Amino acid sequence: MVTAAATLLSMLVWGIIATAVMVSIMAATQNLGWSRLSMSFLLGSAFTANRRSANVIGTVLYFTGGWLFAFFYYLFFAVLGRASGALGAVVGLIHGALLLTVLLPLMPYMHPRMASEYDGPSGERRLEPPGFLALHYGSRTPLATLIAHILYGAILGFGFRI
Amino acid sequence: MDVSDYAAIGDCRTIALVSKHGSVDWLCLPNPSSPSFFGALLDSERGGLLSVQPQNLLWSEREYLDRTNVLQTTFHCEHGTLRVTDFITLETSDRQRHVLRPEHELIRLLECTQGEVSAKITYQPRPGYARRLPRVVDRRRLGWMCHCDGLGAFLQTDFDLNPVGKSALEGEVKLRAGERRQLVFSACENDVAVLLPLGQESTDRLNATIEWWKNWCAQCTYSGPYVKQVIRSCLALKLLTFSLSGAVLAAPTTSLPVAATGERNWDYRYCWLRDSSLVLEAFMQLGFQEESRAFLGWLLHATAQTQPRLQVMYDIYGRTNLTERELHHLRGHNGIGPVRIGNGAHSQLQLDIYGEVACAAATFVAAGGALDSTERKLLAGVGGIVCSLWSKADQGIWEARSAPRHYTYSKVMCWVALDRLLQIHRSLPFDTNVEVWVRERERIREDIDKNGFDTQLNTYVAYYAGKQPDASLLLLARHGYLAANDPRMIGTCSFIEKHLRTDALLYRYPPNADADGVDGEEGFFALCSFWLIEYLSLAGQRARATELFEQLLSFANDVGLYAEEFSAQDRSLRGNFPQAFTHIGLITAALALQSESQGGRHGDGSRDAA
Repeated sequence: MVTAAATLLSMLVWGIIATAVMVSIMAATQNLGWSRLSMSFLLGSAFTANRRSANVIGTVLYFTGGWLFAFFYYLFFAVLGRASGALGAVVGLIHGALLLTVLLPLMPYMHPRMASEYDGPSGERRLEPPGFLALHYGSRTPLATLIAHILYGAILGFGFRI
Repeated sequence: MDVSDYAAIGDCRTIALVSKHGSVDWLCLPNPSSPSFFGALLDSERGGLLSVQPQNLLWSEREYLDRTNVLQTTFHCEHGTLRVTDFITLETSDRQRHVLRPEHELIRLLECTQGEVSAKITYQPRPGYARRLPRVVDRRRLGWMCHCDGLGAFLQTDFDLNPVGKSALEGEVKLRAGERRQLVFSACENDVAVLLPLGQESTDRLNATIEWWKNWCAQCTYSGPYVKQVIRSCLALKLLTFSLSGAVLAAPTTSLPVAATGERNWDYRYCWLRDSSLVLEAFMQLGFQEESRAFLGWLLHATAQTQPRLQVMYDIYGRTNLTERELHHLRGHNGIGPVRIGNGAHSQLQLDIYGEVACAAATFVAAGGALDSTERKLLAGVGGIVCSLWSKADQGIWEARSAPRHYTYSKVMCWVALDRLLQIHRSLPFDTNVEVWVRERERIREDIDKNGFDTQLNTYVAYYAGKQPDASLLLLARHGYLAANDPRMIGTCSFIEKHLRTDALLYRYPPNADADGVDGEEGFFALCSFWLIEYLSLAGQRARATELFEQLLSFANDVGLYAEEFSAQDRSLRGNFPQAFTHIGLITAALALQSESQGGRHGDGSRDAA
């Protein structure tokens, strides 16, 4: 019981640290002009067409999602029976790769305000789609996304271990 | 291409220049101080453009739609007429809440109004002052996309374009009477792009943009005989305001040459405290309260790093490092270089700016505006710094790059600074010892009258112990330093007219004198020409002032815009364009003429005794 509580606490604490680092790296690469990918805006604009509100809602969702996603990392480490920063980094790499190759390219079919190259922009759907590896948002987007997720995983792996 | 061939469109966040030949030759992104994205203005071969070039063109004419910055150019061709409507979209914040909008969006609507026309379309994106050659990629129904350093740009059309190499597009569009086509250029910085669906929405955006500009113009309280010109000047000034910070740009361009010999090519895409304060005063007098409030907010923010000292200029966000550099890869406008970015004058000591800022604040307060404690603290700091600096030599209002001098106008503006601060103090008391300001104000006046006035010539002179005229001294009456009908002021005006005036045009100082330490030929300075009219109005010479004013109005380009100077040879526009300083001059001269005709504002020296 005590071990479960300690693991939960560890997950919450390291989850928030890992998420903060990931969100900061994504924001930094965006504002430094390396990538135009804004996960906050993409998430938030699914709920509102008001750009300001979309950024606020999206940031809250992105942060909360990152924090909760730590649960799956911890579950994976627990099932595997071991964890380390390096292992976490590998999991983060796979996580980032999945995001770039599967989830983001699927967005035009799921996001209510995202246009696609087949249909073009319409009254509601007018957000630029990310494309394969989110390369439409800049050639350095895959690298920035992978680095952010590798660090996210590494921090969680390190946190689980201690 | 001449400077007068251009017209400006914008959204108070960025500005594009469109030539009368149908080409967008200047656009900096994401803001007006950023590197150019289209820069054909400074190098027609390398700079980059988005052009609509009608074939078999006979002549073209253009105008802004009434009370807007929406430009309409009509191309009369051999077999028909093509009308191109150019605008950067603007909408009320209320409408923006309901649907996602692109960060920047320039729309070109093509309509054949008669016969048949064809036009060649060319798209050459050249970001980073044309140092970058981005790959233009076909995103199918999303249009053509290019990406460079965090800037994403899309070009959408409802007709086909073909790649020319990797970094340009070309196409030809053929239209019959009644047919329409669209080009929509949009861009965003460091964010996911938002794209506009083509079709009816472009027309809706046009109507919304027209409505926005007309609503803004409706605030203008001017009702005199020159309402068309005053409104156009207000619209030009509004284009030069940067809505995200409240800053006001001197001009949206860099390095448009003042002279055919070059050298006097400067970057004006920054916010001079002097120009901005004058814009604020002009806007206040015309009823535009929001802009005045926004500028004071910017002033407070921008000068935070240097207070209580004020720097001559800041960038739109208040950054102070504006190091001047030359871009050797660009040939310059019509091949006249150099092309400079940054501005070396930013670190100069120019004492007059303190007076300009104090004047703007006093006008704001006199119109019922309130100053918060931080703003009052800033102004009190201005008083202190003026008391400690006024006796120093400076570079003067014209930003001379020669050795510092004791410029008479700078000293007068120090007097004005303390005078206006004392005026504010009477309604909103400062928490400081203002007796010092009263004493220093008198010392400054004594110093000016002793060293800046030449009794032999019966005139104030440009700088102490000199014999040169300076057009800025025409402002002594406006600022209340002297009554307009004071013999010394009359003598000063006569001296200036004798040495600096030709017809309605004035040089700012003798063009052949080594007045500013810069090589190259000097033209007539547009603002000074308006100052003479303002002075003549104050002095009660309305008929003469009106005659000169109407002459000056004829020197604007076909859409009512002015540059910094007029050529000494052919009176054509020279220098950065459109120029805030000149349009401020037009507004204040028109207001002076109106005021004089209504029997007010005669220079009777009422402030003199303050």
